[in-house]
Amino acid sequence: MPAVNETIEAVQSVTESTYKWGFETDIEMEFAPKGLNEDIVRFISAKKNEPAWLLEWRLRAFALWKTMETPLWAAVKHPPIDFQDSYYYAAPKEKVGPKSLDEVDPELLKTYAKLGIPLREQEILAGVEGAGSTPAEGRMPIAIDAVFDSVSVATSYKERLGKEGIIFCSISEAVQEHPDLVKKYLGSVVPQGDNFYAALNSAVFTDGSFVYIPKGVRCPMELSTYFRINAKSTGQFERTLIIADAGSHVSYLEGCTAPMRDENQLHAAVVELVAMDDATIKYSTVQNWYPGDAEGKGGIYNFVTKRGACRGARSKISWTQVETGSAITWKYPSCILQGEDSVGEFYSVAITNNYQQADTGTKMFHIGPRTKSTIVSKGISAGHGQNTYRGLVRIGAKATGARNFTQCDSLLIGDLCGAHTVPYIENRCMSAKVEHEATTSRIAEDQLFYCRQRGLTQEEAVGLIVNGFCREVLKELPMEFAVEAQKLLQISLEGSVG
Amino acid sequence: MLRIEGLSAEIDGKEILKGIDLEVPTGEVHAIMGPNGSGKSTLSYVLSGREGYEVTGGTATLNGVDILAMEPEERAAAGLFLAFQYPVELPGVGNATFLRTALNAVRKGRGESELDAMQFLKVARQRMKALSMPEDMLKRGVNVGFSGGEKKRNEILQMAMLEPSMAILDETDSGLDIDALKIVSDGVNAMRGPGFSALVITHYQRLLDYIVPDRVHVLMGGRIVKSGGPELAHELEAQGYGAIQEGLPSKHRFDGGEAAA
Amino acid sequence: MTTAVATGAAGFLARFEGLKDHLPGARKPWLNTLRADAAAHFAARGFPTRRVEQWKYTDLGAVAQAHFTEPLTMVEGAIALPVANAPDRAVFVDGRFRADLSMLAGLPYRAVGLAQHLDEAEAQLGALAKPQHEPLAALNTMLFEDGLFIDVPAGIDGGLLELVSIALDPGRPFAFHPRHLIRLGAGASLTLIETATGRGQCLHNPVFEITVAEGATLTHGRLLQEEATVFHLSTIYATIAAGGTYDNFTVAAGPRLTRNEIHAALTGPRATCHMNGAQMAAEGQHVDTTTSLDHAAPDCASRQTYKTVLTGRSRGVFQGKILVRREAQKTDGYQMNQALLLSEDAEIDSKPQLEIYADDVKCSHGATVGALDADSLFYLRARGIPESQAKAMLVEAFLHEAVETVTDETLRAALTRALDSWWQRQGAAAA
Repeated sequence: MPAVNETIEAVQSVTESTYKWGFETDIEMEFAPKGLNEDIVRFISAKKNEPAWLLEWRLRAFALWKTMETPLWAAVKHPPIDFQDSYYYAAPKEKVGPKSLDEVDPELLKTYAKLGIPLREQEILAGVEGAGSTPAEGRMPIAIDAVFDSVSVATSYKERLGKEGIIFCSISEAVQEHPDLVKKYLGSVVPQGDNFYAALNSAVFTDGSFVYIPKGVRCPMELSTYFRINAKSTGQFERTLIIADAGSHVSYLEGCTAPMRDENQLHAAVVELVAMDDATIKYSTVQNWYPGDAEGKGGIYNFVTKRGACRGARSKISWTQVETGSAITWKYPSCILQGEDSVGEFYSVAITNNYQQADTGTKMFHIGPRTKSTIVSKGISAGHGQNTYRGLVRIGAKATGARNFTQCDSLLIGDLCGAHTVPYIENRCMSAKVEHEATTSRIAEDQLFYCRQRGLTQEEAVGLIVNGFCREVLKELPMEFAVEAQKLLQISLEGSVG
Repeated sequence: MLRIEGLSAEIDGKEILKGIDLEVPTGEVHAIMGPNGSGKSTLSYVLSGREGYEVTGGTATLNGVDILAMEPEERAAAGLFLAFQYPVELPGVGNATFLRTALNAVRKGRGESELDAMQFLKVARQRMKALSMPEDMLKRGVNVGFSGGEKKRNEILQMAMLEPSMAILDETDSGLDIDALKIVSDGVNAMRGPGFSALVITHYQRLLDYIVPDRVHVLMGGRIVKSGGPELAHELEAQGYGAIQEGLPSKHRFDGGEAAA
Repeated sequence: MTTAVATGAAGFLARFEGLKDHLPGARKPWLNTLRADAAAHFAARGFPTRRVEQWKYTDLGAVAQAHFTEPLTMVEGAIALPVANAPDRAVFVDGRFRADLSMLAGLPYRAVGLAQHLDEAEAQLGALAKPQHEPLAALNTMLFEDGLFIDVPAGIDGGLLELVSIALDPGRPFAFHPRHLIRLGAGASLTLIETATGRGQCLHNPVFEITVAEGATLTHGRLLQEEATVFHLSTIYATIAAGGTYDNFTVAAGPRLTRNEIHAALTGPRATCHMNGAQMAAEGQHVDTTTSLDHAAPDCASRQTYKTVLTGRSRGVFQGKILVRREAQKTDGYQMNQALLLSEDAEIDSKPQLEIYADDVKCSHGATVGALDADSLFYLRARGIPESQAKAMLVEAFLHEAVETVTDETLRAALTRALDSWWQRQGAAAA
């Protein structure tokens, strides 16, 4: 099987050099003392000038966390994490909190430009001062919240969005400016004690995005958050909260990168979504945290809790994720389908190469009548990568006429990797219908040969076939992200920087 | 004979049939034509008693008996047969078992004696031969792995076996090549006679070259908007449904005339 | 001798302490060691709770709480036997082999009671079972009193054999833990039909250790038809060598709680394993099929089809794992589990699972859960078939589909009878 061997070689040739986001920004930082205790929680809360209720909320989470144990059920292996050997607060010096772009450290702007997130350029091109902007090159403008280590450094298009009554800001700012909304919804989908990492996040979260779309408003542009871990020995604990009021519609994107380091850094985020009657939230992620080097050294531990509540009738929450980065990914974006006729979707591509491990999937809780969910998961394993789909479809006794369809496909490239599928189906409702299908295979020799006979190189052929394999998921992404994601897939697998 | 008066029906609160008046006298074959979405299939399902279709007004009687209050199997026993547009596949249910169970259920309803396995097979083989159906079709699961043409022939076989007094053929011509169309039509024509009526639902005139109807009705927007002799089908083929629509007062137009009315 | 603690793991352990000098083979050191090790594992783990992943959906609380005792003494005299499915048969009453009721004369292979032939079985007893992983296998190893020992020499076609297990109701809760050892030599074949009937409050906890050598074929049909007071917890370990076939078909329809747990390993190239079954539960019953298939060699194939039908307040569980090891290239694995819910109060939990480490494989699984298809029901009714009869036809068709894969006609007929009689009982109960 020479073709296969070549594929494997191509894959093995991927080394840390292909991670082009691995640079470090030299910028003066302010840190909290290393380690984790009640004082650190108080320090973070004080630094952010938080109201007393939020400090209490954090302390309660911390107390819960101390009683909890690291989850062991996922098919991932890592040495025990020393939670005392990390900084829980790291922020670029100067000012804390959001500011106008003119005040942002030029080093930071450069960093984002280098990452392909031109905060300033976009702002200027779209002409934020003059409302009713003409997007450059006919593109939809994208409003961006940029989170650098522990804090949000800039949020664009705020004024334009404000005119529609849309709130898009960092969560720190929301705590100050919209405390009632934050107090009402924070922890309402992912309670503090939900799981070990959610409890940790609730105690020490530093920043993240906050979105509120008022009744009946269709958000006129994509909202986006760009997460960057830069500082050494820090954990990033972002918290995102999106509320779509009745009849509203929003599409939200997030991207993430980090420098290349030999140490493992922890990213433990919590994302909560709330959709009221007839509201739609589309949440897309392209996760490209540093995956570690070819020997499995370094990389981000991406332990994330994401959950959406379809509270209202006919509401819809759609998760799309492309997971190419991180040494370990542990995340299960889920939907609680309470409102009648509400809809949950989960579209996922996860690639593990070298020594990456991913244990990811979703949970669909069907509570209301006629609720529907669709799950499409594509796992690709290469090198020594281990890739697990883990999912739960639970249909309660009152979810009459509920419907679920799940399709999980795995692709193996090389014989040192693993692909695993662990679905749980629990049905207590006679009139519900659940269908689950899963397949595991490798790239077929005849497909490869066909492509090569038509003139494609081995790498191109693999890239093409993998992209085809992921098409159902990629087509769910907003245009620009889809292009980016396709490139990422290619890079993750081929070793030829696009 | 089938008599329908002011029949209205809705699905999920959406009104599809808006007062149908139609009479198919015993021994006659009538055709219902209409564009997609006009309510043709809904009419066949309402008459045969499918769940999810709510009758909101009007009556339908078969040979003087109100059928709307009956269960689907009671309607079948009363002589009503629906040839499905999309015959359902029943994996694991043998065609022979199915046919014999259905036949005996209907015979019982008519006060006739049940057929034993030998009697049944004799009749079935005879009918299948007439429809050019291979005998191994009896051993297979109902409609499982059948081609589109085989499924439609299977519907006609069932009709021939059950000997209904009123058959509704819902787009039986869809997906048939010319040979299959001829076989199916011959099967229907063979049943024509004083004790048999049929309602042939179709989108195209083609089928009506083979099963020549006594009357043609045009269904649009949930109502019968025009009736005539067999020549009406040719008229429609030549001019399309748009022509008829244009000739109608706005309250009978289905493309927005409702809102204006 | 009565002890204060009579229930749960402690109850079984206490009785083991009291009985260990009286159990079959009590003077054989190797067996004493085996039993003592198993007792240590059972003491360490106890009955699995629902916090144990493999027991997430099946609660053994009722088993743990019952005051079981082991029968130890043999019931003698004539008893009514179920209708025979084969002329050759081995009969067990309350877990003890009854030579007087069995018909095993003139067989071209060995089929004997284990208690009387322990020395012959030394190499095989405990070779496959994993008491360290499965507490019920530990319980069985600790307390087994008898079982069937089958040894089919190489090249011999053993034909058809029936294993009849009957539990009589002694009027108090009792438990028996038969240990069955089956070995097929290279190229040998055997069809084993197992019928389990029983009544009273009893725990039937059999463990099978099955070895299928190169090119051998074992067809193993199981009809678990004990009454709704019985707990049936069976664990099967099977290893299949190159070119061998193990074909298991289980109908579980009767006991209050059934756990049908199968661990099969394909250890040589081109080995095949079929695991199929139909499980049904009515009011108050719980059925659980848990399979684990280990593809440890290249070019092997496995097929699984399980059907579950639930009525009344009942619960069904299917857990099936396919493991494909790195060396198991060209594996062809397929698994399907389908459940039909006929009641608003029924619950089905399903967990199919793939764990794959080889790249040149074709593995898939599918699961469907739902009520009877409304379109099919309407189609039948539109042809004049009354609703109840239409439902019966569809349920039968659903169940019979699983049996279609069984090639042995005697076995297929027995399985079909078991399916139909269950459904007829449901119809009678509903009417």
